[in-house]
Amino acid sequence: MQYMLLMYNNPAVEPAYGTPEFQEMMGGFFAANERMKADGVLRSGEGLQGIETATSLRIKSGKVETMDGPFAETREHLGGYYVIDVPDLDVALKYAAMIPSAHFGTVEVRPLMNYNPAG
Amino acid sequence: MGAAASGSAARAIPVARELDRVMRSDQGRLLAALTAGLRDISLAEEALQEAAISALSHWGRTGLPASPQGWLLQVARRKAIDRLRGITRDTRKAEALTRLVADEAAPEPEAIPDERLRLIFACCHPALEMKSRVALTLRTVCGLDTAEIARAFLDAEPTMGQRLSRAKAKIAGAGIPFAVPNAEIWPARLDAVLTSVYLIFTTGYVAGPSEPRDLCREAEYLVRLIDKLHPNDSEIEGALAMMLLTVARRAARIGLDGASLPPAEQDRSLWDCDRIAEGRAILARAMQRRGPGPFQIKAAIADCQMANPQPDWPQIAALYYALWHFEPTPVVTLNAAVAMAEAGQPARALAIVEGLAADLSDYQPWHAARAALLLMTGNRTEAVYAYQKAIILAPGPPERIFLERRLARIAV
Repeated sequence: MQYMLLMYNNPAVEPAYGTPEFQEMMGGFFAANERMKADGVLRSGEGLQGIETATSLRIKSGKVETMDGPFAETREHLGGYYVIDVPDLDVALKYAAMIPSAHFGTVEVRPLMNYNPAG
Repeated sequence: MGAAASGSAARAIPVARELDRVMRSDQGRLLAALTAGLRDISLAEEALQEAAISALSHWGRTGLPASPQGWLLQVARRKAIDRLRGITRDTRKAEALTRLVADEAAPEPEAIPDERLRLIFACCHPALEMKSRVALTLRTVCGLDTAEIARAFLDAEPTMGQRLSRAKAKIAGAGIPFAVPNAEIWPARLDAVLTSVYLIFTTGYVAGPSEPRDLCREAEYLVRLIDKLHPNDSEIEGALAMMLLTVARRAARIGLDGASLPPAEQDRSLWDCDRIAEGRAILARAMQRRGPGPFQIKAAIADCQMANPQPDWPQIAALYYALWHFEPTPVVTLNAAVAMAEAGQPARALAIVEGLAADLSDYQPWHAARAALLLMTGNRTEAVYAYQKAIILAPGPPERIFLERRLARIAV
């Protein structure tokens, strides 16, 4: 099964750029990436730019409404994701626990649906 | 015609009785065996239900099969295949179908593999809400129906039905494995299982044995089953010992006036000696394995509560401190302080209890414990207020009557 690991965290409590904690976090991400690649489970993964760059869109009565900002105004934002292909939820949770941002944020684990619009 | 009709009716009664007996004793096992192939509890339940309905008419005509369990399993598998053939566009269902067809080719199973441990770990997966874990385990492994589970947890039946459906859908949809976890995650996952069974136990203990399905017995059945399927595990044995040593005192828990009684004030002749002896033997065996854990510690505390002529309070206090290393919660600290007071240090215990106010001021036992400690340290006025607060928050008449009697003693 494919799972998306969605990384939610509060930028205010993230380690600041240039600090030893930041270095440690980046090392943790590097180690997680390498581990997922070595185990052959990693399908894709990206980090997202900050919410100040986000634009939200919805269609109301046939009219496109565009808004500045993220979908929900909360402290914790979606900061990036991984897509992994593993046999079950226990294995997905094992990889989710390797993501460093789980120490200061939340990793949501969601199975992907069984179709791929990209073909 | 009349003779034929009465003949089949006469046969229908023992058939129904036998089916009822088989379903009562083996439903969990059959459901687990079916789920092992289907990876879908709802589908397994529906297929088994259909097989049971078929059994009534088939067995009535042809007599009982050599292995009623094997018959039910095989027919349920065929029913599941029929259902799956309609929806094979889903790849996972197609995989299940392939597995099933392979299973079906096997000869009629006399010895059905026992897959209940896998079912228990799936039902008690930490990705499910605690209440759902408990409800689902009672439904699938113990065979309680939705109405019985709803009653035990004071829920409306439709609410409980929705909870069960959501939990089964999450197991299938989220890919919760139908497997006994590996060594890496075993301790955490076993704890999730035993904590769920413990919640079944405490719910039954509070409700009392008058309910049609005694949840204490169901919990004991479950933990004995887990012990049988995964023997020689110190924490499983600890959980079993803890339940036996606690339920042994159940008949003495409430006095003639309806007040709940602490172990020291209970009529020991009402204690179940067989359960105490078995609990102690299991606990001793568990502790020899040198793998300490919270359930063994709780079992040892239950044992020390029954020391003769009075509870071994210094030992109980030490055990609560040991428990705190596994469960660093305010409630454990509170219990440690109460034991410390009984062991002769009420002033120190009171200071600890006062320090828990921010965490536990909504927790009734905190008020009751604080009242007792205020009284032990000679502060009668404050003790009266604390008892009054504890009485207002009392969860039921036994606790209320107990506290009212304590309060009456001060007032005299």
